[in-house]
Amino acid sequence: MESLTLTDVEQKYYSDLFIYCDTDNTKKVASNGRALDLFRAAQLPSEVVLQITELCGATRLGHFGRSQFYIALKLIAIAQSGLPLRVESLNSVKDLPLPRFVVGKNEAEARHAALYQDSDSQGLYPASAAAVMPRPPGRGLQNKKGTPSIDFIYLCFQPEPTSPVVSPQQSPPTSPPSWRKHKRQTSGGNVDRPAVVAPTGAVWTHFREPQAGPVPADGMWPSHSPPPPGQESWVSFTADTPPSIPGMHPSSVQESTTIRTVASAAMTNEIQRQSSGYDDPWKITDEQRQYYINQFKTIQPDLTGFIPGSAAKEFFTKSKLPILELSHIWELSDFDKDGALTLDEFCAAFHLVVARKNGYDLPEKLPESLMPKLIDLDDSAEGSEQTADVGYSGSPVEVTPSKSPSMPSLNQAWPEMNQSNEQWETFSERSSSSQTLTQFDSNIAPADPDTAIVHPVPIRMTPSKIHMQEMELKRTGSDHNHPTSPLLAEPPELSDEANLPASLKFVAANTVGDGYSSSDSFTSDQEPTTRQRSQSGTSPEALKVVAPPPPPPRPNASHSRSSSLDMNRTFAAAAVAGQPQSSTIAYPPAVPPRPLPTQAEGASGGGAALSTTTSPQQIPQQPNFADFSQFQAFAASEQPSSLPEAKGSGSGSGSGSGSGPLAPPPKPVRRRLKSEDELRPEDEQHGPQKSNVIAAVLATQPSIPRSVGKDKKAIQASIRRNKETNTVLARLNSELQQQLKDLLEERISLEVQLEQLRPFSHL
Amino acid sequence: MAVCIAVIAKENYPLYIRSVPTQNELKFHYTVHTSLDVVEEKISAVGKSLGDQRELYLGLLYPTEDYKVYGYVTNSKVKFVIVVDSSNTSLRDNEIRSMFRKLHNSFTDVMCNPFHSPGNTIQSKAFDGIVSGMMVQTASTV
Repeated sequence: MESLTLTDVEQKYYSDLFIYCDTDNTKKVASNGRALDLFRAAQLPSEVVLQITELCGATRLGHFGRSQFYIALKLIAIAQSGLPLRVESLNSVKDLPLPRFVVGKNEAEARHAALYQDSDSQGLYPASAAAVMPRPPGRGLQNKKGTPSIDFIYLCFQPEPTSPVVSPQQSPPTSPPSWRKHKRQTSGGNVDRPAVVAPTGAVWTHFREPQAGPVPADGMWPSHSPPPPGQESWVSFTADTPPSIPGMHPSSVQESTTIRTVASAAMTNEIQRQSSGYDDPWKITDEQRQYYINQFKTIQPDLTGFIPGSAAKEFFTKSKLPILELSHIWELSDFDKDGALTLDEFCAAFHLVVARKNGYDLPEKLPESLMPKLIDLDDSAEGSEQTADVGYSGSPVEVTPSKSPSMPSLNQAWPEMNQSNEQWETFSERSSSSQTLTQFDSNIAPADPDTAIVHPVPIRMTPSKIHMQEMELKRTGSDHNHPTSPLLAEPPELSDEANLPASLKFVAANTVGDGYSSSDSFTSDQEPTTRQRSQSGTSPEALKVVAPPPPPPRPNASHSRSSSLDMNRTFAAAAVAGQPQSSTIAYPPAVPPRPLPTQAEGASGGGAALSTTTSPQQIPQQPNFADFSQFQAFAASEQPSSLPEAKGSGSGSGSGSGSGPLAPPPKPVRRRLKSEDELRPEDEQHGPQKSNVIAAVLATQPSIPRSVGKDKKAIQASIRRNKETNTVLARLNSELQQQLKDLLEERISLEVQLEQLRPFSHL
Repeated sequence: MAVCIAVIAKENYPLYIRSVPTQNELKFHYTVHTSLDVVEEKISAVGKSLGDQRELYLGLLYPTEDYKVYGYVTNSKVKFVIVVDSSNTSLRDNEIRSMFRKLHNSFTDVMCNPFHSPGNTIQSKAFDGIVSGMMVQTASTV
């Protein structure tokens, strides 16, 4: 259709009417129904109406779209003003009065028309008003629910029965500056309203329309704003001077002859219409919302912020509602029960205040349309039933109550959740403390003060690959007595274990089980040891898991196997000993220290010699020896004090035992040292026993180098003896380890208890 | 199901008192009043660790032949008293606790209302609703 330019007033009016007619909310108006009624109410000859519909194109479309509707309305206006119906005249006619619709069924329109009419056409108003007024208020009660009949007027008038015109309120018409509690209770049925209406219109800043107050006021309700009364109260809120209230009319609407009356009626009408049409008296119109938002800004410039309760209290106290009612309004609108109002809550509260001032009873529960939503003005027309007295449903929407409890419960849930978070934090603290435990472990574990045990090595709680490899190697190497395959199988098991501590402990246990490895662990860097310990210390469970250490090295494994294992072990040991974090097998296996000390203490020289001689042959089988010799040699060479013999032998054998794993001198030396230290403490702990054993072992050692001739037998014998010694020492070691573990466990449990007992300060 | 529910302010005057059989209210008022002594006693008894959380729920204050009185104190010395009928299948402690919790929450909501000044009687409909929910449903109150 042709483009249509409408004035603001017209725009509002038309949209209002359109919405009114658009019962289905489909943005289309059927040719029948309200539109037809409306047109008929225009009191134009039917052929004109037909012509109009044709012109606007509705006949083509079969329905009235928004533009068609507007065009039709304009044409009606044109027709009513006596101008010929021409499409061209749509835009050309200036100052076209708004289309008038006669009271009849369409009292609303009539009123509406009246409203929108210039003040000049007052005559019309009274008539229409009068026409409208007389309608039994009772009728208004019906059709809340969008019944097509345009009985909103009745709704308007409904208030009549309920609220006698509040004459006192009339008087205050002048009180707009203050908060006029609005008389609208009667919802505009009263003439008084007009007074209010007028001021409302004028006062309402939004509606500073060029036209009379009422018009804009009406224009304000294009959508179904529930309590139009609200608008009046708006007025009071803004405290603008009331426009001509003095002219307030007697309660009887019939007598209203002033625009105001009509205006009020119309307003009421409008409101009614809208509400009846849309069944949601609690809906906030755009204008109202805008107004609320502005008011909100005056208190709290940040629209996303809160209005504290005290400020809200002052603000709403101005409305002169009884505190009890304000309290109730607050209860309804403070959705999250936080003592502050968000924008949505504020709008809801304001709306309720307005409603209350205008006579609507407060609902028991917050109407859904007032519930704070993320989206403004949801278009959910709630079928709010009217409350008995007001005709507007107090709309006890059931939805609301469910939300309110949930909100507070949500809020209450938060502290609990926060608490649990805190508890989680404490838990993590605990775990971190256990980490500290492990650190302590490292200090405790090596009882050797002399050895450079205490490195500030960060305890690695998670198994690093390298570490795992080390551990595995240790494991494999440690148990040289076991056949290779089982051992080899074990590392995979180890690696499979998710439980690092367990695996580590396993490894540790393994090392414990194996005298060599344990000694290696001791003698080698403290790190792996500490790591193991720390791991073990980390969790009691780990301790317990690892409790069953791997079987102590069985002394009766096949030599070949054992030798190979030894190789592995020595490699692992070397690796472990040499570098805690480095890749493992970098270092040649440290020579198992066991034999070393014995040899060193004993006839180290012989051992060395033997090792040298046998090393090339028996390296694969008896890497121990080779290692020993190497070890001895190196150790001896490097430790003049304790191992003179060893040194001698070491030096002698060192060069010869090239075939053996080329343990870098430091490794064996260190291990040697450590083994020495270990032996020393062991000696200290076990007193003479160990020394006896060692002595015994040592005693056997010297024979080895001597029996060069009877290599095999001697070697085997010595091997056996060594193994026995190893076993003994290993057992000793395992026992000590077990004791250590127990102590660590105790310590951990005590720490845990301490943590538990300590009051949670952050709670 | 409570027979009478009362909220007593810190200064020991009632903020809210409501009983079900409206015809014997005075008796309940008296009962609640006397229970205040027990409440005070219990409060002072727990005064050893004032900093720590004192148990808000006081438990059974005293039983009489007809009914039992339970008490609950908030941290601001506002007391809640619930009187339940003895003949009632004795409510479990948990239920009483949950009733007090609900009361406390509802009371907090009332306090949050800026239009309510502490010290005034509680006139909140929401609070009334909660209390009604907890009261014994006698035939008359149906």
